[in-house]
Amino acid sequence: MPSDTMNEETIFGVREIVKRIGATRADLIPVLQAITNEIGFISPTAMEELSTLMNLPTKEINSVATFYRMLSTQPRGRHVVQFCESAPCHVVGGREVFAALKQALALEPGQTSPDNKWTFLTTSCLGVCGIGPVMLIDTDMYGNVTPEQVNQILGRYE
Amino acid sequence: MKAVRSMILVSNDPESIVRGSEKIFTAFQQELQHYGLTDEVSLSMVSDLGYSFASPLVLIYPEAVVYGPINPTDVPFIVEEHLYKGRIVEEKRAPAHELSGRVAWLSARKGTLPAENRVVLKNVGLIDPESIDDYIAHDGYQALGIAVQKTPDEVISIIKESGLQGRGGAGFPTGIKWGYVNKTYGDKKYVVCNADESEPGTFKDRVVLEGDPHAIIEAMLIAAFAVGADEGYIYIRGEYQLAIDRVETAIKQAKEYGLLGEKIFDSNLSFKLHVHAGAGAYICGEETALIESIEGKRGEPRSRPPYPTTNGLWGKPTLVNNVETLANIPAIIRNGADWYRTLGTPSSPGTKVYTVLGNVNVTGLIEVPMGITLREVVSIYAKGMKTGSFKLAQTGGSSGSIIPASLQDTPMDFESFKKAGVSLGSGALLICDDEVCIVDLAKVLLNFFRVESCGKCTPCRIGTKRAYDLLIDISQGRGTLENLEELLTLNQEMLELSNCGLGQTAGVPLRDMLNYFRAEVEAHIRLGVCPTGVCPMGIS
Repeated sequence: MPSDTMNEETIFGVREIVKRIGATRADLIPVLQAITNEIGFISPTAMEELSTLMNLPTKEINSVATFYRMLSTQPRGRHVVQFCESAPCHVVGGREVFAALKQALALEPGQTSPDNKWTFLTTSCLGVCGIGPVMLIDTDMYGNVTPEQVNQILGRYE
Repeated sequence: MKAVRSMILVSNDPESIVRGSEKIFTAFQQELQHYGLTDEVSLSMVSDLGYSFASPLVLIYPEAVVYGPINPTDVPFIVEEHLYKGRIVEEKRAPAHELSGRVAWLSARKGTLPAENRVVLKNVGLIDPESIDDYIAHDGYQALGIAVQKTPDEVISIIKESGLQGRGGAGFPTGIKWGYVNKTYGDKKYVVCNADESEPGTFKDRVVLEGDPHAIIEAMLIAAFAVGADEGYIYIRGEYQLAIDRVETAIKQAKEYGLLGEKIFDSNLSFKLHVHAGAGAYICGEETALIESIEGKRGEPRSRPPYPTTNGLWGKPTLVNNVETLANIPAIIRNGADWYRTLGTPSSPGTKVYTVLGNVNVTGLIEVPMGITLREVVSIYAKGMKTGSFKLAQTGGSSGSIIPASLQDTPMDFESFKKAGVSLGSGALLICDDEVCIVDLAKVLLNFFRVESCGKCTPCRIGTKRAYDLLIDISQGRGTLENLEELLTLNQEMLELSNCGLGQTAGVPLRDMLNYFRAEVEAHIRLGVCPTGVCPMGIS
């Protein structure tokens, strides 16, 4: 259960973002993206505040927020690991890297670790297929990944 | 532009950045200062130089020497030897037998290597993408100047005569689309550039946006003039942060130069341009879903007709063109329709940019005339198979076709591929060797559609899920021959009943798999073995 101060911070953050980007319908996706990036995720509190500011039903905001992969309505771990599961990475060794990654994180795709360190997601093509298999940790891209490198790469993150 | 004796270009595409290109750039800055060469030698970061296997790489003109892959620690030696003493550092040159792309093109002028024909990628890797002056010095905004002295109808007829077809995958004639928007009455019209490039294996549009962003702005201005629009959007997928940054910089520069705004070149053309970053949804590459997304809604495709040419963004007539399509426009206006028709085949003029991927020696981006064959691409540009022998190529990302070895010699153009019953798609060529299992590949492709289906219409939402489950069964040894018939029925139903292109083409891998590789699939069922040993089998 989030505390009152957390809710107040969220409301303050949402107001600042809407002030900066705008409150028209076309601003909704950029606003939701900014909330995900800056506040961490789009909480029910954030949706209610947005509903007032943008004059949209929360159900409508929720339906947009849950549609796009880069928007999150769930809290995520400190680091988000995204593994490309599209065909170009798959045929150049992606299967083995995926297995190594699952084992190293002890997570299935979509899960967040109990210590809140990792969120593990699969993603569709990231558009850097020349260096597959590819994985993305937060905003760091790793290419030509081999199963042996997985632990070493994960070890770089606190 | 300042006259310099040498020019250093450091590759700065995301792949090179991952491999430390920023550090190399800094090292060059320091060394040039150390040798007092900063006034004589120019140093720029450029986008993809075309051969990712050797990145990060450095290209030094006028010798056109490519060094790569290099470390920051190699830089002092290269500067001392090459730029200070004038001796090429042979041991750091990118291996010549593996080169394609830009260097192949440079050498081709000497008649030694197979040529690429660069129209779309003409400036990519050659100019500083963050400098409008550099673009202008390379014929930039010249085509716009030519266009505004003509009438919109004249511009449209040039595009029609050139025979340019949409490069997003469908191949619709561009001039005809422009004509539709021009002829539609409207007090407000929009031009939208579709840069939501999400087909797996396709990254040609990213390279154009990162390497030559002004070309897209110029093309959109010409399009706006031709159709009578005064506002535009570039919809770039959210994952392409560098492309978004570069385009935003380019827009700012164009505004400062009066190339965006009111009364451009003293003509009646006024144009405002916005960047809209996507938020991660493959379906938004479908033009009506893209429009919904700009409007701030879920990216669910609209029912068509009406088409965007009459009822597009906020209900207004809207022209939607792909990045690669637009990148052809300035060259066509500058050089004329007849010149463009000298490239490619009579039914599909021009060039095509392909991303060559998979089990080949050289992966990366090439731009070649329409009508080249797959065998030529693999042997000439990809330098042959890296492992095993050629089994199949998958074109155009997930919505493309599976091309078996028997179609290796079919010319790759819209018409020939259509006749052969396959499609060119968006320009990805995923080359697979005989270690790749067809069932496993189809499973990955169908999983993509299952995940990316927007869920609006039932045939696609349920069909992709059902087909994926059946493929899992086959890959785990539980498949039956009836399953194969069900897969074909699913393909047919998705094709006929889905609302948009995603669902309509989602079954293509199933159809191609059973057309060309039925025996391999049946081995999973009848014999209970996966011939390549990829599928887990035997899990009940």
